Amino acid sequence: MASEVEKKAVFDIDSAKEVVQELRASFVAGKTKDYEWRRTQLKAMLKMMDENEPQIVAALRDDLSKPELESSIYEIAMLKNSCKLALKKMKHWMMPEKAKTSLATFPSSAEIVSEPLGVVLVISAWNYPLLLSLDPVIGAIAAGNAIVLKPSEISPATASLLAKLVANYMDSSCIKVVEGAVPETTALLEQKWDKIMYTGNGRIGRIVMAAAAKHLTPVVLELGGKCPVIVDSGINLQVATRRIIAGKWGCNNGQACISPDYIITTKDYAVELVRLPVYVYICNLVLFNLSSQALFILQVDSFKCELERFYGKNPLESKDLSRVVNSNHFARLLKLLDEDKVSSKIVYGGERDKSNLKIAPTILLDVPQDSLIMNEEIFGPLLPIITIDKVEDSFDLINSGTKPLAAYMFTNNKKLKEKFVEKVSAGGLVINDTTVHLAEPTLPFGGVGDSGMGAYHGKFSFDTFSHKKAVLYRSFAGDAPLRYPPYTNGKLRLLKALLGGSILGIIRALMGWSKA
Amino acid sequence: MEKDLGKEIMEMREYYRKGNTKHVTWRRAQLKGLLSFLAEKEVEIFRVLNLDLGKNYVEAFRDEVGLLKKSLNLALKDLRTWMASKEAKLPSIALLSYAELVPEPLGLILVISSWNFPMGLSLEPLIGAIAAGNAVVIKPSELAPASSSLLANALPNYLDTQAIKVIEGGPAVGQQLLHHKWDKIFFTGSTKVGRIIMSEAAKNLTPVTLELGGKCPAILDSLSWSWDKEVAINRIIGAKYGSCAGQACISIDYLLVEKPFSSTVMELMKALIKKMYGDNPRESHSISRIINKHHFLRLKDLLTDQKVKDCIVYGGSMDEDSLFIEPTILVDPPLESAMMTEEIFGPLLPIITVRNFDVLLKHVWRERSLFLVLKIQGFFLGSWIRLKTVLILSIQGLNH
Repeated sequence: MASEVEKKAVFDIDSAKEVVQELRASFVAGKTKDYEWRRTQLKAMLKMMDENEPQIVAALRDDLSKPELESSIYEIAMLKNSCKLALKKMKHWMMPEKAKTSLATFPSSAEIVSEPLGVVLVISAWNYPLLLSLDPVIGAIAAGNAIVLKPSEISPATASLLAKLVANYMDSSCIKVVEGAVPETTALLEQKWDKIMYTGNGRIGRIVMAAAAKHLTPVVLELGGKCPVIVDSGINLQVATRRIIAGKWGCNNGQACISPDYIITTKDYAVELVRLPVYVYICNLVLFNLSSQALFILQVDSFKCELERFYGKNPLESKDLSRVVNSNHFARLLKLLDEDKVSSKIVYGGERDKSNLKIAPTILLDVPQDSLIMNEEIFGPLLPIITIDKVEDSFDLINSGTKPLAAYMFTNNKKLKEKFVEKVSAGGLVINDTTVHLAEPTLPFGGVGDSGMGAYHGKFSFDTFSHKKAVLYRSFAGDAPLRYPPYTNGKLRLLKALLGGSILGIIRALMGWSKA
Repeated sequence: MEKDLGKEIMEMREYYRKGNTKHVTWRRAQLKGLLSFLAEKEVEIFRVLNLDLGKNYVEAFRDEVGLLKKSLNLALKDLRTWMASKEAKLPSIALLSYAELVPEPLGLILVISSWNFPMGLSLEPLIGAIAAGNAVVIKPSELAPASSSLLANALPNYLDTQAIKVIEGGPAVGQQLLHHKWDKIFFTGSTKVGRIIMSEAAKNLTPVTLELGGKCPAILDSLSWSWDKEVAINRIIGAKYGSCAGQACISIDYLLVEKPFSSTVMELMKALIKKMYGDNPRESHSISRIINKHHFLRLKDLLTDQKVKDCIVYGGSMDEDSLFIEPTILVDPPLESAMMTEEIFGPLLPIITVRNFDVLLKHVWRERSLFLVLKIQGFFLGSWIRLKTVLILSIQGLNH
């Protein structure tokens, strides 16, 4: 039964207050704590996606011109997997974890009890409007919370669809979708939540955290950054190139928080990456693990070759690329591309179609470090390649900037892999591929430093929306007077032994053989 | 002074960036340094805690030094395990792939500690931060000046001062520190200051850990065995008056008992308080004093309301010169009084009597947002089952 709030013309502070009050009442009444309720909601979500796949694909096409395959796999299929995993593992996740106790509290037993936080707010982004809205909601449901979801207004078709579907399939007394833009989000942020999860950019992330601070609300911020790709020599270049293309243009046309932002490679190797092929890719099967000089002579597939293979000679017409989401972002990207010291560095692409908000896959070589394109997250189909002398120099280059959400490296050199993992700090790292770590529920997905705080996916989602309550059980037996006054040296000796943890020490103390 | 601070922090960051704090040998050396500090300076530590808080040396060991030693020994023992990467399971379809979770230090940590356990609350977070490979700045509370001084003067002799610093000062210094970028801020203190810290941290997207407080209730079930009653009351007295005179975030704030049992509780409490602290608690030197005049007057104010004052059944005497308040018990002060709406943080124990558990749990459940610790005394078969059932019923909303 939907409340009147969503039907009101303006969603203001009072509306937000009402929503929170209603959800809090549902939570306090214990509705969302019940295991069966959680199962029912998750099953309903699965059904919702099964029965509405065409509508979802259509909405994503409206909002982003997202290719059907991307919608089906990266949004719907991933969500369904998330739901199924939660359904399968939830009972186990909900069980208290036994905790060890020590001599200091003997005899005792202890456990860590996961309890829902209460009423949570999920604010999602426009680039994966379904996934980034519902994936956190899955975690919040599994953990037993009541939820308000605020999808992004920049993807309005999906936001609308979500509002409609969630109201039809899920329990609206506990899970609500509030549509809107800045005023509505501000009204929601004025309220007291038990947790806020925000996916988006750092500027708004700061605003969300500042609003949360007023109520001491913990937050999860999934932000972004410039995700670098280090390309070493002596690798299977064709596979590497394809994986980079898939992570960049294959992920919403570069508009993804973990899309490769820029490439770092050695001066010699850069040429290989972009050079036009002379021989077809059969050569590549032979070229695996040869040195860069040999590759230079034989001439290999490169970005240009693979890009053409993927998107045709006229990528602006390709149906397999999302468009740039709106004219604001289109203008922003053109500003990056058309900057004086940058526009001359284009080695591939650069074409644009303003009316359809399309920019062709574009590669730039050696743009200056102080250019705009190297100082903000690109979030679009432009890929700069930065060259350095030694591949190890790339670590310092990456660490000189803010910590990104992901960092990638293509290499066969074991020592280099170890150095990469040791030296580069980012939310997540992938070696010899891009973006796929997102699909692994056993890996926490989240940022560090400027790329965010907190993490989710799999059990990490459940944990993020739970309070891990420590519980210690003691009995009345064995109450030693040594912790109570009147205090004596003897008691101090015994306490030292007890907190020292050794039985021998305690015996010595009891015998008066240890120092106070 | 602000410029110097900025320079100092920059130098620390550079030192950290060069990887000096990452290696296991460095971390072990710092942890061992802390153990040496606690061993060699034990007498000094007891002295400053007594100076700042009137804390008895046994209490100081039990609540601060002893726990720190325990933590250090654990950290030294398990450090390599904590530091090791852990394999993350991948589905069988992901052949030839391998995944792991790698713990890495955050960078530069700011630890702001509180005055009630000035050693414990400064050094316990430090242990964790060092074990994780970070560089750390500690700002101890200026309200415990002797302890703060000892930390600032002695620690440099035991630790790597290029990576671990103690910066003394009050709110002004705290503000200055907050203007800089940290990779994490660890704060122990009041909710009011907690909000300020988190707001400042938001400007740099710095994650925070806030250890705050609340009104920690203790529910005392009606017990029949006299041994159980004595143990329960002793533990309650110990938790209320024995740990920094109730000035602890996890002290029992107030006690909830059923009406028929309340007189037994009161009589037993009076007897056991006398047994623990003698006829003149101030002379026993076993109870800490109130930290300063401001808090003393705050506590005194809680009792100015005549309606509250009338509820005192034991104790109540206060000496402003020595900042001492004796163990005090009140019965059923009005629920709207400041005593029952603010965190007490002192040696005043309100006993709230209720008719039965249903009403009790409704009160507790409603106030749940304020809890840090809920102590349920009554782990005795019959009443425990009853309490558990009532808890479940209450959760399902049957609490009329």
